[in-house]
Amino acid sequence: MNSELDLKPAAVFTSKTRQITLNINGISRGLEVLPYVTLLDALREYLDLTGTKKGCDHGQCGACTVICDDKRILSCLSLAVAKDGAEITTIEGVSTGNDLHPLQQAFIDHDAFQCGYCTPGQICSAIGMLSEGKAKTRADVKELMSGNLCRCGANMSIIDAIMEVKDGGGHE
Amino acid sequence: MNNFDYGAAAELKDAFIQVNENAANAFLAGGTNLIDLLKYNLVKAEKLVDINPLPDYHGIEETSDGKVRLGALLTNADTAYHPLIETNYPLLSRAILAGASAQIRNMATNGGNLLQRTRCYYFYDANVPCNKRNPGSGCSAIPGYNRTMAILGTSEYCIAVFPSDMCVALAALDATVDVSSAEGNRSIAFADFHRLPGNTPHLDNNLQHGELITGITLPKKGFEKNYSYLKLRDRNSYAFALVSVATALDLDGDRIKEARIALGGVAHRPWRVKEAEDLLQNQTATRENFAAAADLILKGAKGFEHNSFKIELAKRAIIRNCMMALHPESQMPGAQPSA
Amino acid sequence: MKNPPATGQSISRIEGPLKVTGAAKYSGEYNVPGLLYGYVVNSTITKGKIIKIYTEEIKALPGVIDVFSHENRPSTAWFDMKYADMDAPPGSPFRPLHDAEIRYNGQPIALIVAETFELARYAASIISVDYEKEIFDTDLRSHFGDGREPETGMASLLKPPPPEPTGYFETAYAAAKYKASGEFYHGTEHHNPMELFTTTTLYEGKGKLSIYDKTQGTVNCQLYVANVFGLRFKDVKVISPFVGGAFGSGLRPQYQLFLSVMAALELKRHVRVTLDRSQMFTFGHRPPTLQRTRFAADADGMVTALNHTAFAETSRFEDYTEVVVNWSPKLYPAAHTLLDYKLVPLDVFSPMDMRAPGGSTGMHAIESTLDELAYQLKMDPLDLRLKNYTMIDITVNLPYSSKELKECYLKGAEKFGWANRAPEPRSMKRGHKLVGYGMATGIWDAMQAPARAEAAMTRDGKLHVKSAVTDIGTGTFTVMTQIAADELGLPVADVIFSYGDSKLPFAPIQGGSMTTSTVGTAIRAAGKALRKKLLRVAKRMKDSPLGKAELEEVIFQNGYIILKDNPQAAVSFADIINDGHHGLPLKTTNTGVPNMAKLNKYSRAAHSAVFVEVEVDEELGVINVTRALTAVAAGKIINPKTSRSQILGSMVWGISKALREETILDNQLGKYMNQNLGEYHIPVHADIHDLDVMFIEENDEHINELGIKGLGEIGLVGVAPAITNAIFHATGKRLNQLPVHFDMLL
Repeated sequence: MNSELDLKPAAVFTSKTRQITLNINGISRGLEVLPYVTLLDALREYLDLTGTKKGCDHGQCGACTVICDDKRILSCLSLAVAKDGAEITTIEGVSTGNDLHPLQQAFIDHDAFQCGYCTPGQICSAIGMLSEGKAKTRADVKELMSGNLCRCGANMSIIDAIMEVKDGGGHE
Repeated sequence: MNNFDYGAAAELKDAFIQVNENAANAFLAGGTNLIDLLKYNLVKAEKLVDINPLPDYHGIEETSDGKVRLGALLTNADTAYHPLIETNYPLLSRAILAGASAQIRNMATNGGNLLQRTRCYYFYDANVPCNKRNPGSGCSAIPGYNRTMAILGTSEYCIAVFPSDMCVALAALDATVDVSSAEGNRSIAFADFHRLPGNTPHLDNNLQHGELITGITLPKKGFEKNYSYLKLRDRNSYAFALVSVATALDLDGDRIKEARIALGGVAHRPWRVKEAEDLLQNQTATRENFAAAADLILKGAKGFEHNSFKIELAKRAIIRNCMMALHPESQMPGAQPSA
Repeated sequence: MKNPPATGQSISRIEGPLKVTGAAKYSGEYNVPGLLYGYVVNSTITKGKIIKIYTEEIKALPGVIDVFSHENRPSTAWFDMKYADMDAPPGSPFRPLHDAEIRYNGQPIALIVAETFELARYAASIISVDYEKEIFDTDLRSHFGDGREPETGMASLLKPPPPEPTGYFETAYAAAKYKASGEFYHGTEHHNPMELFTTTTLYEGKGKLSIYDKTQGTVNCQLYVANVFGLRFKDVKVISPFVGGAFGSGLRPQYQLFLSVMAALELKRHVRVTLDRSQMFTFGHRPPTLQRTRFAADADGMVTALNHTAFAETSRFEDYTEVVVNWSPKLYPAAHTLLDYKLVPLDVFSPMDMRAPGGSTGMHAIESTLDELAYQLKMDPLDLRLKNYTMIDITVNLPYSSKELKECYLKGAEKFGWANRAPEPRSMKRGHKLVGYGMATGIWDAMQAPARAEAAMTRDGKLHVKSAVTDIGTGTFTVMTQIAADELGLPVADVIFSYGDSKLPFAPIQGGSMTTSTVGTAIRAAGKALRKKLLRVAKRMKDSPLGKAELEEVIFQNGYIILKDNPQAAVSFADIINDGHHGLPLKTTNTGVPNMAKLNKYSRAAHSAVFVEVEVDEELGVINVTRALTAVAAGKIINPKTSRSQILGSMVWGISKALREETILDNQLGKYMNQNLGEYHIPVHADIHDLDVMFIEENDEHINELGIKGLGEIGLVGVAPAITNAIFHATGKRLNQLPVHFDMLL
């Protein structure tokens, strides 16, 4: 699908509608939204960036994790209007061209997903976690990644994949 | 979620003007609780006044009298990882990192942390009676599934629990809450900030509409040598406490000069008992003495059908955490019990 | 040069790059201009009638297109049969918006369709409804006395009722010296796949629909939609290339499918309906179950008597059953058996299959009781199982087609270090923690159903294989590609597998650990037929070097048909198509069916042995599964990498079942109270420690041509009892209610 979809009709626009700009994956995207549109829905429903997932819509699963102004956040608990002007990286912007980000490759190598639905959130969260630099041990990584649920039970492989990238080499 | 309006405030004065336009206007900071409540239709706002653009309150500063002031708009993560907090107030750092998830800590602000609503199942379900949500409708938790509910300071109207971890440490540290409004500024001692349910369970705290938390002030004494935060919950991370304990000890050898013990997950606010802390003063730091204090703290605790275990659990958690405070390095990620 | 077979290789998931880059599209991610959003309104009462739904105010909101309820819904099929999907239990299937009657809390009662998601959601939050309430019962524990025999129907074929009693249980039990018994309670569980249930229905004009649905059966949903809405099968296309987990929840069409299709047909517009997380608790679930066991053994440890009774919840409108109590005599051939399974209808939605339905519930009771029996006998729990080892399934008096469970026990125990276990409870310690070792057995039926597959060779020498089957994260896409590659001797890169579309050849619903055997066998049949066709065409080619060679005289390898006796004589697949078939693809569609004449001579099952180490904080009760090992014997393993993930995932499910997840049911309100992922606790990363998987070689020549048994459930069934047995070993406390809360150990 192209990103120029005319996704929203005029009927719902009111005086509350705001014109905002989101800088997503290095591209400036203008859109008109009502204040009650979350960043997650803005990405998925208004900008057709569906790589960011909706698993609970209440900040309880981590599937909607994106990097916003260099921090991993939950897009489901963020209002799009409040992120006007923000720099946002979604899973679609984690790598460019055919070169996968090392975490993406490690997730494939370790089979760190099954259904794949939590995966974009896991990867964005792991990128944020590594750049925060607070995790020293495997136990730290597990704790600091615990905001991302995986119902397929790929937990150990996810941590294996992250540890490999964190330690810059083989693990287990 | 209703179709609210939105306004960003870049000046404090403007923030007050906007929020005072309507009693149903609310400040928006991190949004991690407010957006959730809006989505569940538990809060209906006319307008959200975004205070993130305010230039102040985003930092941590040391005051001339040796105190430390945490900006209300600083995130929980930036607070926990701030060198001054890690060094001088490690108990606070530990408690913050035991709460929520890394993503939420990156969003949630210090001011907002104090204003979290309860996680009581019955409060969160708009279709069942709840005195906190709908005063006078009754409490569904008392006859219901009350495993997670309070055992201390409850009333016949409400047995909900205040869910914060950060506030348990702030209570132990005797912080004060700095508040501003269009009328001026005031400071509220931490112990006076949150309320017990009584017959007004809809009031979580003593903040008035139109008042804004601008900062939290920590006294000079940070208990950086002997401290521990322990959190017991139904999974190892990303869950609210069934019981949590913040312990801060000031020791002279094995003699306790001063002890602070605060409980989370057991009441409508962080729970401290002065008599218990006094009991420990000038005593030796032994399991037996901590056990005596634990008994005092839980005196008067009242269990319900599914949560009576919390009384014994809290006693044991206090003892264990006090012992852990003697060896702060024994603390585990996620405030789990020491190995 | 012969390339190694693709089957048996650890190949990374073919769709991996799509999943790690966010390019994989799930059912709610097909955006089109003019898409409308539906939001469901659910009943806030448990039982009664809708008196009035106030829709006028809602319809007046700018941007709201329509509100559907039982009062104005379009007419749909009349007969129950039309609503019965492939997984429907006996009874009368639930019909969304059918009438004013409320049968359970959270029942969908209206659909609001609006221009935006936000508006539909808001409108759903303000709609008001008048009800007439009736008294309800949702509590299994206070109603198990109402238990009755389940109705039987089509579903009973795969879920047989308990075998008839054998011997004289009561007499034997009364006389036995060594006995163990238990009462077990398992609460409600919900599947909670990470992806929300979503259907995007594209209205293609003239009654034609393209439906992107979250399902485990594209054809199942196609038939359901066509039947219910009176459409022609060929006008209904159900597509599900990516499914964000399901675990059984997608075995039946869920109500968002009905509602999305209904609105699309009525409005002649594209409509998406997404359930929110709390609505994910308003359809099928694993039913709460009460069990009682009484096992007896002689002094040598031979199990002599087995009694296992279960009472399980069902709805008032369907008799959902699971196989809970049938397992113990299959593993431990006692002379005296008494097995019973009863249903208790309550005011809830019909339960439905959830990963290892019945087995994960029943095996917990069985393996816990057996563990207790071992303590009574002062026997090592592993020795007790070895003592009673059988190669005959006495419930049907047939040998197992293969059974390498003994190797699972022995190799698993060795790798785990079971020998280091001190027999006495509370005898192992590490710092503040009591350490416990526990083990348990797992068993799951190896099943197969009929399916069809198409195989086609194209002029570029690539093999195209097609099946309507879904891949819910099991690795089906990759594994089927591997099976197909071997059929033609091609590298995996030269195989293109198309799936997840009802237009493709028939596949049944993806569940019960039978997808690989079912669809794999169909692909094998198509592969065989395609080999014949290729050879026939190749031989007809001018100056064909293959001459009059028969199928047995050639091999298919690396894109060529080669004479066995003369490897220089070879024709490439590409040449066969280009020169021998005018460049047109050579196609065949074939059916794979289980060979019942052969299969009926055997009992068929996958087995596992699970070994678990727990640490229990002695003072605080906090439990951690520090190590766990599952040794699995499940026939041929097509892809060890994805298979390991299947088992690892099941082990996490076992940990979750034992220690974490539960749906809290407030019986006074008649509703679930933790309908969210914050309070419905599935494990977090910090809960999962050292997990290990061993696949034990098992060559099964009888089960199917591929020797496959299936892996979806076997990894789960033994884990929870191994954990509770380990907790007993650590603490001396036998906890028979799941999940175990740590405070039960205070």
